[in-house]
Amino acid sequence: MTKKTYLAAINEALRQEMTRDESVILIGEDVAGGQASSGGPGKVGGVFGVTSGLYDEFGAERVIDTPISESAIIGTANGAALTGLRPVAEIMFVDFIGVCMDQVYNQAAKFRYMFGGKAKTPWVLRSMIGAGLRAGAQHSQTLHPVFTMIPGLKVVMPTNAYDAKGLMIQAIRDDDPVVFLESKLLYQTEEDVPDEAYAIPFGEAEYVREGDDVTVVAVGPAMLHAKAAAERLASEGIDCEIIDPRTTSPLDEQTILESIERTGRLVVVDESPPRCSLAADIAATVADKGFKSLRAPVKTVTCPHTPVPFAPTLEDAFLPNASRIVDAVKHVKAYV
Amino acid sequence: MHEMSEYDLKRAFRRMSAIRQFEERVEKEFALGNIPGFAHVYLGQEASGVGICHDLTNDDWIGSTHRGHGHCLAKGCDITGMMFEIMGKAGGLCRGKGGSMHIADFDRGMLGANAIVGGSPPIAVGAALTQKLRRTGHVAVAFGGDGSSNQGTTFEAMNMAVVLKVPAIFVIEDNGYGEHTGVDYAVGAESIADRAAAFGMPAETVDGADFFAVHAAMARALDGARGGSGPATIVTECPRYLGHFVGDPQPYRTEKELADARARDALKNFRARVTEAQRLKDADLDGIEAELAAEIDQAVTAAVQAPFPDIDELETDVYASAY
Repeated sequence: MTKKTYLAAINEALRQEMTRDESVILIGEDVAGGQASSGGPGKVGGVFGVTSGLYDEFGAERVIDTPISESAIIGTANGAALTGLRPVAEIMFVDFIGVCMDQVYNQAAKFRYMFGGKAKTPWVLRSMIGAGLRAGAQHSQTLHPVFTMIPGLKVVMPTNAYDAKGLMIQAIRDDDPVVFLESKLLYQTEEDVPDEAYAIPFGEAEYVREGDDVTVVAVGPAMLHAKAAAERLASEGIDCEIIDPRTTSPLDEQTILESIERTGRLVVVDESPPRCSLAADIAATVADKGFKSLRAPVKTVTCPHTPVPFAPTLEDAFLPNASRIVDAVKHVKAYV
Repeated sequence: MHEMSEYDLKRAFRRMSAIRQFEERVEKEFALGNIPGFAHVYLGQEASGVGICHDLTNDDWIGSTHRGHGHCLAKGCDITGMMFEIMGKAGGLCRGKGGSMHIADFDRGMLGANAIVGGSPPIAVGAALTQKLRRTGHVAVAFGGDGSSNQGTTFEAMNMAVVLKVPAIFVIEDNGYGEHTGVDYAVGAESIADRAAAFGMPAETVDGADFFAVHAAMARALDGARGGSGPATIVTECPRYLGHFVGDPQPYRTEKELADARARDALKNFRARVTEAQRLKDADLDGIEAELAAEIDQAVTAAVQAPFPDIDELETDVYASAY
């Protein structure tokens, strides 16, 4: 067990699975980097270095740089997965999904059902999510609701290094197409991470913090703010229970409902616009299946219904933050 | 033709005749209300699919289109399983959950008909990548129509196939129309093949109503792909006997044009060539046609009577692993 960053944990998961199973390949833009450059290939390893070193270890046949052609990247992953490989395809920023969505939602997600159970499409689509880097409207979105609503896909949103490694290993071993959304603001966060390989099952939420007053469910990058809010509230005598669903499809409804049975109060934090968000989805689920447990209306803390703004003042105002979560928790706590 | 065995010639005719008779029957059953939804038939294009698939094995892959019945039959899919599927019956090749536009048969190397125009080319690149990495010597073929030749996915796939040097063969079946719009309007270039060649691969155009021309072009493409030199494109110029879909009244085509299309008959062409060369007799070919007519008739009778999937099937097969 050593301290590792979220980024290093994903890199280690990829390396261990590629070592274990030679059908695992990486494919995407600059996953090696430097092809046809004066300095030679392999020196980039992804724009933030998540696939760093893997080209040198596994070579050009298994760490495959592609043209900037997202439809061809996911299409290639589809065909390779259908015929026996386990591709880990990278769509650099999740915002780029628009130019290849057909291969995701009309093809990969539907093959098994349309073909009467005969197809398996075991790929992982890695992509980065989240605002906060002043990257503007087309490099900052958090689009997990778009994938979560599509039957046939699984959607993973790790919020810490330990989960990132275990969920990536599960994603690679899983026989379905898995969308693995990496929060760029979490890449440098550190935790104790076992050196050996381990898999975390999908659909099992984690209690990040136990408490009796208010349940706070937070997904992906919003977890940072939820933890900060819980610390502030604790100093004021309000004890939050934080739940991390870890996967939004499948979603562990049971853990959320059990927590609400004890707290009777729920705040959902989601870094995405409010309509059709995971926050809205969880609120609706709880209204339906946990109505008798509720002692206050469910509050959601989301982004506004706008694109991600560029100016630092606007982007900071756009994001869910600890203060807004604190306000929401106090509101539901005060409700009689 | 001369290098082909009698068995091969008969098999080629059998598959073309199967497509012709199957599709004529689909047209009829659709009119009778026995086929739910949409049906797009392959009438007139028989030599293209059969010529391309003739030298492929069950370990070679094809990806198809919304007009995919002919590709399935050319790849050896079961006539009865297909008819059940097209009627949405539980015994269909995809248990009634796919339908006319989504027939797949992995045991036959059939990666699926694909109802998204330009859907198959990127997928075929991936299937070809598997063959390259595993050094199997097998290939993957992407079928598309002239309409698909204008899709960005096709361009991306062609470039990717050249960059990765994978054994992918792109077959563009130019039947003159993308839905109801003529190819001379919708394809900006003079030649679809030239456009494919511009990506850096061999590309040629052949008569898609001539089995032997298609087969010879495919043999050249297969030599390159199996030999490791990468992808190729073949454009087959085909007549489209019917409209975009079964029931399309085709107000945009003249009687003369429709008659000219019917005059380009791949089966008559094949029959004349093999009988004049004294390789097969009319009686051989008549016998094949009669056998298929009986098989298709039995398939239809069984399919009409067969049950639809049980309602319990609604939520099965969404995922392969636990959910």
